[in-house]
Amino acid sequence: MTIEPRASSSAPVGVGSHEPANLGDILERVLDRGVVIVGDIRISLLDIELLTVKLRLLIASVDTARELGIDWWEHDPWLTSSARKSLPPGRGHDPALEADPDD
Amino acid sequence: MTEPSVAVWVYAVGVDLDGPWLAGATGVDGESLRVVSVSGLAALVGSVDSGRFGAEGLRRRLDDLDQLEGIARRHHAAIALIAAHRPVAPARLATLYADDDRVRTAVRRHRDEFLAALRNVAGRLEWGVKAYSTGSEPDQPTPSAPTSGTAYLRQRQALLSARNSSWQRVVESAHAVHDRLSEIAVEAREHRPQDPNLSGDRRSMILNGAYLVDNEHAEEFATAVATLADEHPELAVELTGPWPAYSFAVVDDEQ
Repeated sequence: MTIEPRASSSAPVGVGSHEPANLGDILERVLDRGVVIVGDIRISLLDIELLTVKLRLLIASVDTARELGIDWWEHDPWLTSSARKSLPPGRGHDPALEADPDD
Repeated sequence: MTEPSVAVWVYAVGVDLDGPWLAGATGVDGESLRVVSVSGLAALVGSVDSGRFGAEGLRRRLDDLDQLEGIARRHHAAIALIAAHRPVAPARLATLYADDDRVRTAVRRHRDEFLAALRNVAGRLEWGVKAYSTGSEPDQPTPSAPTSGTAYLRQRQALLSARNSSWQRVVESAHAVHDRLSEIAVEAREHRPQDPNLSGDRRSMILNGAYLVDNEHAEEFATAVATLADEHPELAVELTGPWPAYSFAVVDDEQ
C-alpha cells in the first residue's frame, strides 16, 4: 500500500496536489536532496549512502548523459570511479556495487 | 549492545509544526506523526519499530524496490503534509535517532543553518520541470547501398553529423527553457537526468530542473512552462509540483 501525497484542502498552496508523483521524482528527492544530519544508526547511514550510489547510477547512466552533452555530474565524486577511490577506506568499496549491476 | 525497541525517524525540520493537520497523520511505519521541539525549532518525527527500521531491517527493506517505494512515498507524504502549512527543511530518507533527546541535540547543533534554510524557503515551493527530446528530427532516408568504401564513409559521416547537430539543437533548447524559468524562480538547480528505468519514460531526458518559486509567482511560472513548451516542439516539457523545497533547504554535515 502506498500513500499518495495529498494536500489538505485548507492548504494555501496544495503541495503535490496535481497528480500522484512518479517514483523517480520522489526517490531522487528523498535520497539525494534535503537535509543530511548524521543519525544514531550509523551503519544504516552508510548503507543508505551505498544505496544512494546505486540509485544515482540508475538515475542517470553516465553514457546517456554524456551523449546529451550534459556533464555536471563529472563534479559529483560518487559518480566518478577515480574520485571514489580517493574516498576514505570503507566507503565506496562495496563489492555489491561492482558485482551487482542494476536491472 | 541491544537496540531499543523504538527508534525516532525524522521527516523534516521547521518552526511551529504542531497543528490540526497532524491529526491522524502517519509515517513510514504506520506510526503517528508528532513534533519534537528544541531551541525555537521543531522536528516532525515518528517512533518506528527499531527491528523493522533498525540498521539490519532497514537495509533489507531498502534493498527491495517495492518496499523502498512504500517507504519513500510515505516519507514524502509526511513532508508534503507539513510543507502545505509551514516552511520545512525535508530530512533525507532514513535519518534515525535513538530517542527524542538525540534528535534535539542534532537539530540544536545545526540551529543556525536550519534557520537560514527555513528563511530561504518561506513562502516558496519547489517546482520540477523535465524536458525530453521528442525525437522530432526527421528520419534519415534509408541510404542506398554504398557503391564504395568512400561512399559508405561519407554516408556514415553525414548521418552522424545530422544526429549531432540535432542533439545540439535540443540541448540548446533545454538550456533556453532552464534559463527562462530561472529568471522567474528565486533559485534554480539542474539535476542529473533520470534514467528511463526510473522515470518510466523511454524518451531521453535532457533537462531535470528544480525551481524555487515564490508562491505568488506560481501561476506565472506554470504559464511560462506552457509557453516554453509551445515554443519548443522539439522538447516534451513536463511540470511537476509543487514540492516541498527538497532541492533548496540544504543542511549538510556529512563530512
